[in-house]
Amino acid sequence: MATILTKEEAKRIIDKVLSYAKADETSVNLSGGRTGNIRYARNSVSTSGESTNLSLGVTSVFGKRSGTATINEFDDASLEKTVRRAEEIAKLAPENPEYMPALGPQTYLSTDPYSESTAKMTPDFRAQATFESLDPCRKKNLTAAGYMEDSTRFNAIGNSKGLSAYNRETSVEFSITVRTADGLGSGYATQDVTDVSKLSTKNMTEVAMQKAMASANARALEPGKYTVILEPAALVSNVDASLLVAMVRSMDARNADEGRSFLSKKGGGTRLGEKLFDERVTIYSDPTNPEVPNGAFSGDGRPQEKVTWIEKGVVKNMPYSRYWAEKKGVHATPPGGNFIMEGGTQSLADLIKGTEKGILVTRLWYIRPVDPQTLLYTGLTRDGTFYIENGQIKFPVKNFRFNESPVIMLNNLEAMGKPVRIGGNLVPPLKIRDFTFTSLSDAV
Amino acid sequence: MQRRDFIQLSGLGIGGLLTASIPVLGNAVSPEYLLEASGRGIGIDTATKKRLSDIALNAAKSKGATYTDVRIGRYLQQFVFTREMKVQNIANAESFGVGIRVIANGTWGFSATSDVTPDGIARCAATAVAIAKANSRLQTEPVQLAPQKGVGEVTWKTPIKKNAFEIPVKEKIDLLMKVNSEAMKNGAAFMTSNLFFVNEQKYFASTDGSYIDQDVHRIWPTFTVSVVDRAAGKFKTRDAISSPMGMGYEYLDGLESEKIKAPNGLVGYRNSYDMVEDAILAAKQAKEKLTAKSVQPGKYDLVLDPNHLGLTIHESVGHPTELDRVLGYEANYAGTSFATLDKWKTKTFNYGSKLVNIVADKTQPHTLGTVGYDDEGVPCKEWNLIKDGILVNYQAIRDQAAILGEKESNGCCYADNWDSVQFQRMPNVSLQPGTEKRSVFDMIKGVDKGIYIIGRGSYSIDQQRYNFQFGGQLFYEIKNGEIVGMLDDVAYQSNTQEFWNSCAQLCDKDDYRTFGSFFDGKGQPSQVSAVSHGSATTRFNGVNVINTGRKI
Repeated sequence: MATILTKEEAKRIIDKVLSYAKADETSVNLSGGRTGNIRYARNSVSTSGESTNLSLGVTSVFGKRSGTATINEFDDASLEKTVRRAEEIAKLAPENPEYMPALGPQTYLSTDPYSESTAKMTPDFRAQATFESLDPCRKKNLTAAGYMEDSTRFNAIGNSKGLSAYNRETSVEFSITVRTADGLGSGYATQDVTDVSKLSTKNMTEVAMQKAMASANARALEPGKYTVILEPAALVSNVDASLLVAMVRSMDARNADEGRSFLSKKGGGTRLGEKLFDERVTIYSDPTNPEVPNGAFSGDGRPQEKVTWIEKGVVKNMPYSRYWAEKKGVHATPPGGNFIMEGGTQSLADLIKGTEKGILVTRLWYIRPVDPQTLLYTGLTRDGTFYIENGQIKFPVKNFRFNESPVIMLNNLEAMGKPVRIGGNLVPPLKIRDFTFTSLSDAV
Repeated sequence: MQRRDFIQLSGLGIGGLLTASIPVLGNAVSPEYLLEASGRGIGIDTATKKRLSDIALNAAKSKGATYTDVRIGRYLQQFVFTREMKVQNIANAESFGVGIRVIANGTWGFSATSDVTPDGIARCAATAVAIAKANSRLQTEPVQLAPQKGVGEVTWKTPIKKNAFEIPVKEKIDLLMKVNSEAMKNGAAFMTSNLFFVNEQKYFASTDGSYIDQDVHRIWPTFTVSVVDRAAGKFKTRDAISSPMGMGYEYLDGLESEKIKAPNGLVGYRNSYDMVEDAILAAKQAKEKLTAKSVQPGKYDLVLDPNHLGLTIHESVGHPTELDRVLGYEANYAGTSFATLDKWKTKTFNYGSKLVNIVADKTQPHTLGTVGYDDEGVPCKEWNLIKDGILVNYQAIRDQAAILGEKESNGCCYADNWDSVQFQRMPNVSLQPGTEKRSVFDMIKGVDKGIYIIGRGSYSIDQQRYNFQFGGQLFYEIKNGEIVGMLDDVAYQSNTQEFWNSCAQLCDKDDYRTFGSFFDGKGQPSQVSAVSHGSATTRFNGVNVINTGRKI
C-alpha cells in the first residue's frame, strides 16, 4: 500500500472507520509519508536511510472520557478492531473535565505546501547533493559535516460530526558546517524549502566555506553590550530553542491569564493590547504565504488563517486552547503553523554597510531559558562571528555567551533587512543595539 | 518503519525538561496490552528471534556484507501527565521492528523495517547492503572495526523489584493526585506532575557469534510547582529533585533509609524517592523564592548538591569526552570538543584538580546507563576518564577503538529504537566521592562566602564545551560557615577546565547519589538516550556568579 494517500483514498478509509463507531463521538486521524536522510562528517557519509509509514488513530469518546487506539493495517477487520479497542479504552479512562466536544464541518483556506520534485527525491539524488557539498570542501582542504532530511507526508482527519480535512506537504532541510583543517575556523549555513529544486547544497556550502576561512584566528573582544546584526539563523533554529520562536510560542493566553507568562499583567489580567515592542515589529501567521506554505488546519481541526500576533509593537492576539477560549468567551485562535516577521528591503550586506561598529552573528547555540518571567535566554554565538567597523567586516572575533530577552531585543531595534525563509518561517536579519554578551568562549 | 510521534510540551510543563517536545516511539496501545507485553506474554520467543536474526545475517552476507548486526526490538513506554486535579494525558506506546546494520565495501549501511517476517528481514538486509555500496563511492577510508569475540547465547535483565507496567494506572494517578493536592495545600498555585516508564526488550545478534537478549527498565517521576504573586506580577517554580533511575516502581517507595538529611530541612534521595514529601517541600520553597534576596554578582565558593552537580558533570565532562565529538562526527550539530587527542596524548592534561576522579561505567546498579551488553554486542565495564585530575581516556565504540590505540571497544554504542542506527552514546559518567569522612553540614561550616545550589536549572554550554552557564532550583547564601537565607536570580558561569581545577573538597560515599538525564539528545536525525551521573556534594572555590534578574 502506498504511504501517501490522495484526499479521496484517505476519506474512504476514514468514512469506513466512522461507520463502525458506536461511541458518543469518534474522531479519526490518518497520516503517512516517507522520509529520507543523509548525514556526513569528516568529508565522508556517516549515515543515510529512508523510511516510510502509514498509520491510523481512532479516538472514541463517551461523555468526557476518551480513548485512542492506533493501527497500521487497513483491512476491514483491523479497522473495526481498532474502533472497538478505542471504545474500550475510553470507557476505562478517567473523565477529563476540560474535554471539548468535537468540531463540526469547517471551512478551510486553500494552501499549497506540496512539491512534486521533493516527493520524487531518490537516494541517488541525495548522494549527488552531498557530493556537491563535499567536493568543494575536499578541494580546498576544508572539512565538511552536513545533514539533509527530506519529507513527504499527508494528514487527513474526520469525525462523527462531519468534519473532514486533508493536507499534503513536502519539506527539505539542509545544514552544513565547514571547519578549517587546523580547527581554528568554522562556518555554518542552512536552508529549508518546500520545493527541493530551490535548494542548492553547493551555494550553501560555499557560504559556510567562506565563513570558515574568514573566521580563523579570531580575536577576543571584551564582553559587554554591543550592536549586533543577527542573521535569520541566529533568530530561528531548526535544531535548538531560539529567541524568536521561544517568544512566539510563549504567547499562550491561558498561561498569561494564570499569571505565569511574560504577557501576564501586574495585579492580574494580560498585556493584550499593550505596546511591548518597537513600533516596527509586526509578526503574523499565514498558511497561504507562497514562500512558507502550511497546512490549512491545526491538529484539532481548527482552521489556520492569517492571524496578527503583534502589530506595530502592540500585542494583538494570543493563541487559545478551545477549552480556555470557551471559558473566557472568546474566539479560539489556534497557535500558528508558521510565522512571518515583517522586515525592510535591505540585504544583509546593506545592513553591514550601514553599521559603524558592531558584531555580525551567524548563529546562536545551546539556547536555554533562564527566567520564564522575562523570557531571559542564554546561549552562545557559533560558526562565524565577526567585528564590523565603518560598514566593513574587519576581523573574526571569539564567540560570546549572551544573556538576553527577545522582548528587550525587540525594543532595541535599529534596523531590519529583507525577510528570508528559515525553519518554515519568514524572518528578517535584525540589527539590535545593546545586545548583552556576558562572557567569552574559546570554542571554535 | 514508524515515524516518531512527539508529544508537544507546551501546556504540559514537564519538570526539569526544557526541550520543546518529548519523543513517544511507536503506536498507542492499552495499559493492559503493555502489562502483557512487559511480562513478555506478547511477541516472539528467543528461539524465533535467533532464527530471524540468522536470516538477516545470511541475507546480508550473500549480498556482500563483511559484517552484520541485527537488533530485534520491542520498546514499551507509559507516560502519565497531570495538572492540578486533572489527568491530562496517558501515553501508552509500543514500537516493534528490526534494524540491520552492515559493512560492505568498507562502508556502513543501515536499514530497518516493521515487517518482522523472513521475507521482510531479508529485503531489509539487502537494502542495508545496497545503501552501504551506494555510499562507498563517497567514502575516503574503510571502517576499521575492533574485534569482539562472540559471547554466544546470553541474557541480561535490569534487576527490578516491581515492574512499573504491572502497577495499575489507577494507582499511579492516585499517587500523582496526592502529590498535586499536597503541593496545592502547601501553597502551590499550579502543579503539573508526570511519570515516565520505559521498557526496552532488545535482541541483538551479529556475525561475531553473539545472540544477546536484554530486558531494560527505566523510571522517572517528576513535577513542577508554580506559585504566583499577582499583586507583584511575579511567579516562581520549583521542579522535583527526583532522579530518573534504572529501576522499577520500587523507586517510589520513599524509604527513610535512602534519605540523606541536609541543612534547612532539605532532603536528598538516594535509591528511593518520596514524591509526596518532595512536593510539600517544593511548594513551601517556591513560596519562599517569591521574596528571596536577589543575588549580588561576584565570586563565590559553590557547594553543589549531587542533584545539581550531575548535570554539570554531564555537560562539562560527559559530552566533551565522547570520542565521536572529539573526531568531528557531530560538528554540524552537537559540536566538537576541547578535550582533543593531542591533550590526551600528553598524559598530563589537567582537566581538574587532584581530587577529581571521574569514571565511566555501564555497570553501576540502579543507573540509567547500566546494561549487560551495548548495542554492538560489547560486554559492559567500568573505566577511568579522569584520574587524579588528568584526562586518561574517552568513550568509544568499535569503529573508534583503533584511533585510541585500543584493542577493544569500551561499550558505548546505543540506539534509541530499532529503527535508529546505533552510534556512540554516553555511559554513566560519575565523580568519585571523597575518601575523608565529610557530610554536607561539615562542608558548609568551612565556607565563608558561598552559595549552596540544589536541583537542575537552566543549562547552556558551547559547542566545544569550554564556557558554561548553569542555574538551579534552590540557592542558599552561606556566610561564615552558616546558611543565612535563600537567594534568587543565581547562575554561575565558568570554563570547564578552570571550574574542575577549582574543585576543593568532596563529601564522602555516604552522601553519594545519582542524578540522571532521561531524554539526552544527540545525532541527526536526533536520538534520545538516558544516562546517570553520580557524585557526593562537592565544593568549588571562587566561581563567577551572575544575576539573571531583568525588567521587561
